[in-house]
Amino acid sequence: MTSAHVLAVVTPYTIPAGLMNVLQVTLLLLVAAGATAVVLIRDPVRQVIMLSMYGVLLAVLFLAFQAPDVTLSELTVGAVALPMLLLLALAKVRRRGK
Amino acid sequence: MTPGQRRWIFLAAMAGLAAFYLWGLRGLPGFGNYPGPYGDIINSIAVAQTKATGVVSAVNFEYRGFDTVGEEFILFVAATGMAVVLRRLRGERERNPDDPTADWAVPPASDAVRLVALIFTGPVVVMGWFLASHAQTSPSGGFQGGVVLATAFFLIYLSGQTLLFRRVSPVDLTEAVEALGAGGFAAIGVSAVAMGLPYLKNYLPLGSTPGAVSSSGTIALISFFVGLEVAAAFILIVGEMVDQTLLVRQGDR
Amino acid sequence: MHIVPFVVVVWILAVGLYGIVTSRHLVHLIMCLIVVQSSTYVLLLGVGYKTGAVAPYFYDIPVHTPAVDPVVQALALTDVVVEGAVTALLLALAIQAQKRFGTLDPHELVQLKG
Repeated sequence: MTSAHVLAVVTPYTIPAGLMNVLQVTLLLLVAAGATAVVLIRDPVRQVIMLSMYGVLLAVLFLAFQAPDVTLSELTVGAVALPMLLLLALAKVRRRGK
Repeated sequence: MTPGQRRWIFLAAMAGLAAFYLWGLRGLPGFGNYPGPYGDIINSIAVAQTKATGVVSAVNFEYRGFDTVGEEFILFVAATGMAVVLRRLRGERERNPDDPTADWAVPPASDAVRLVALIFTGPVVVMGWFLASHAQTSPSGGFQGGVVLATAFFLIYLSGQTLLFRRVSPVDLTEAVEALGAGGFAAIGVSAVAMGLPYLKNYLPLGSTPGAVSSSGTIALISFFVGLEVAAAFILIVGEMVDQTLLVRQGDR
Repeated sequence: MHIVPFVVVVWILAVGLYGIVTSRHLVHLIMCLIVVQSSTYVLLLGVGYKTGAVAPYFYDIPVHTPAVDPVVQALALTDVVVEGAVTALLLALAIQAQKRFGTLDPHELVQLKG
């Protein structure tokens, strides 16, 4: 899928197809690695930090998929709200577990 | 079954599922060759039909508005359910005087965290409000705006001001706002029915300039209510969690 | 290139399910569930992507510019936010489980139930 497509209209947001390809594949591989890391880290507190980074990676990937609105939600939910909730829950259960 | 056996059975099953899934995905037109037609049709008619330049919001709050009502009530029910589950827990704990964690000191937030959180609180409020009220123009809408708005409140908490966080978002008020958001969305739909139109029909004047703030009729209004609902739901959820981890533990009774 | 996004989708799903099956901690399990769920976002947006197209926002570009599918974006967008609230509910249930049974290990929880 290289440069077969020629756009009728060039907008200020058009990125060259070859560059976009490289960008997307790189981000996809990073997301795959991020997902693996989230699952394989067994200590929940470290895992939350990794999950937050995974949320940022996903958000950037969605931007490269031309979905800026999904980026916004993923950035706020995946990278801020969810890790905070998870950390609060961990603070709760950790104390009690001891 | 031992964990080892479990893992091997899973790996075998997963290999099969992954192969099957990949085989199924191979039948798709391939990445980058979106075949249409729905997306293309909506992209070509939405701006003229709804006067909204953000087509995703037009889809969310107009073309699949009924579906979004359902999504919003999932959010509503999840937030309520969580509060119910934890509130019951709080009652149990308050009856339990020998809480082993009662003397656990909460370390204060570092100066750097406090400073950054305080600097960002104001801009984040503005940003959230902008996103929630500009669904019709740009990549924004009630869902993103609501969460960003809630994040401003989390920043207050993160800057170490737990009590201030509770004061600016009292539970009663937050619940009322959440109900207003969820009810407002449904009420807009019902008001169309009252006028003899289909449920959630966009009956407000659409305006003439696509993408103007006053354009697109009910899309902007619904998005704003969704923003209220989402922000209140997230503040409620985090507030409940904070109560659980900090206030109850500090043994305030 | 055609197949890379879909391989990644399957990989995320598989690795997340592996985490769920082998998890020894309910909070860890919930995070693996979040990973599994994220595979659907990548799939949806991957299906709707069109090479060379722009995001479906026509504020300052002509209406007939080729744009990616807005429908899948609307689906993913709402689900990301709803996921946050549902995760909170799951966490509340995990806290309750620990309160009741004193453990967060799914295997021990199953044994307790008998």
